[in-house]
Amino acid sequence: MDFKPCVTIRKEWDIVGARQLGRKHAKELGFGTVDQARIATAISELARNIYLYARTGTICFEVIDELDKKGLKIVAKDNGPGIRDISQVMQDGYSTSGGLGAGLPGVKRLMDFFEIRSDSEKGTEIEAIKWLR
Amino acid sequence: MEQMKLDLNNYRNLLKEYLLTKNETVLYQAEQLSKMSVQHSISPEEIINVHIEALKDLHPELPQEVTDSLDFLLEAMISYGLALQEFQFLRQKQFELESEISVAARMQETLLSTVHPSVKGLDIGAISVPANQMNGDYYHFVTDKDGSLGIALADVIGKGIPAALAMSMIKYSMDSFPDNQREPSLILENLNRVVERNVDPSMFITMFYGLYNPEDETFSFASAGHEPGFYYHASEDRFEEIHARGLVLGATHNATYQQCIQKINKGDCIILLTDGVTECRVGDRFVEREEVRQVIKDYIHLPAQNAVDKVYKYFERLQEFHLRDDFTLIIIKKEV
Repeated sequence: MDFKPCVTIRKEWDIVGARQLGRKHAKELGFGTVDQARIATAISELARNIYLYARTGTICFEVIDELDKKGLKIVAKDNGPGIRDISQVMQDGYSTSGGLGAGLPGVKRLMDFFEIRSDSEKGTEIEAIKWLR
Repeated sequence: MEQMKLDLNNYRNLLKEYLLTKNETVLYQAEQLSKMSVQHSISPEEIINVHIEALKDLHPELPQEVTDSLDFLLEAMISYGLALQEFQFLRQKQFELESEISVAARMQETLLSTVHPSVKGLDIGAISVPANQMNGDYYHFVTDKDGSLGIALADVIGKGIPAALAMSMIKYSMDSFPDNQREPSLILENLNRVVERNVDPSMFITMFYGLYNPEDETFSFASAGHEPGFYYHASEDRFEEIHARGLVLGATHNATYQQCIQKINKGDCIILLTDGVTECRVGDRFVEREEVRQVIKDYIHLPAQNAVDKVYKYFERLQEFHLRDDFTLIIIKKEV
């Protein structure tokens, strides 16, 4: 499969680019309209976090094609200041940008798998997968 | 979320029927479907998706703009779906918190329970009702072999859980004092030190301690900034305020408390209360102490427990069954 894996996030406009690329992969994999929209929303949230809190970072895509399941993996990576209290940002209703947007708990709900690692020196890395049903 | 898939066939049939008949019955069925979807956490975008599919089945010739615009609508609904899930999660969490608090409230009731003693020659009535689940008022009776009766009544400024926690501390400190320490002013001085050392300076506790001595039929008392009670002189049918000087508990390290003494005659009553009684709110207006006194007077001829219950019922009704503050009222009547 022709696969461009990553989008660099530097300005708000790049969020759209990441959405577009993610949706293209999702469509090719055979995701329906609802899941495409959910994946795009998750990408938006991840890319916005990078843009707002880390300034720059990347959103990368990976198609998972195993014997029994197929899916799309999104990896958001930045070298920003890191998240000091992960359990706080994973709480519903917590959002430093004023309650707008779904935040990380929203991403977790939109996707099937969610994992976050954060470090004040290395920045933040989030992996999220949506499985094709 | 997937187990109860919105049934495409069902939706398509309803939609088809509606387009043909514009029938209210079908709309009613759509309403049922909508309720069921919320119950099963089906998000709005899924319903729109089913709608798009059904519409395409029924009208394959629809203009591209229409189907595209519905895709656009679907995208615009995504955040509402997330909000629905968040709402359901938070409701579940609230339910859990509430049941945790009710367990704590039951535990508090057990911890702080006090036996209404029967003391020869006295008729005792007491009621304490929290505004929320947990009570920030506290009263306790201490009896002794010689027939004396100690009465503690305390009120934490504020209510709810922090107030209730502070009250447990008061109760257990009092339990740890030696039995021979019964002088009201000394008890308050000791409690003041405990509170000053252990409680956040922003939290204040007011307290009244009284001791009835059957031998000389006197009531000695001290108050740490507590709402003044009333003394009822039966022979003159007259109320007098029970005053004693003293700072609220925890304000300074070495507070001292004035101790007063009152001779009690037959038929006289000691009425102790917290500011939940005197600060009953009716609309924007606080009830006046004068009004409280009048209501108590109306019921003072009744047996003590009956009287406090009646006074409580009166103010509960006055405040439309919604207490603003914890409410505690004690009446002690000298019978012989």
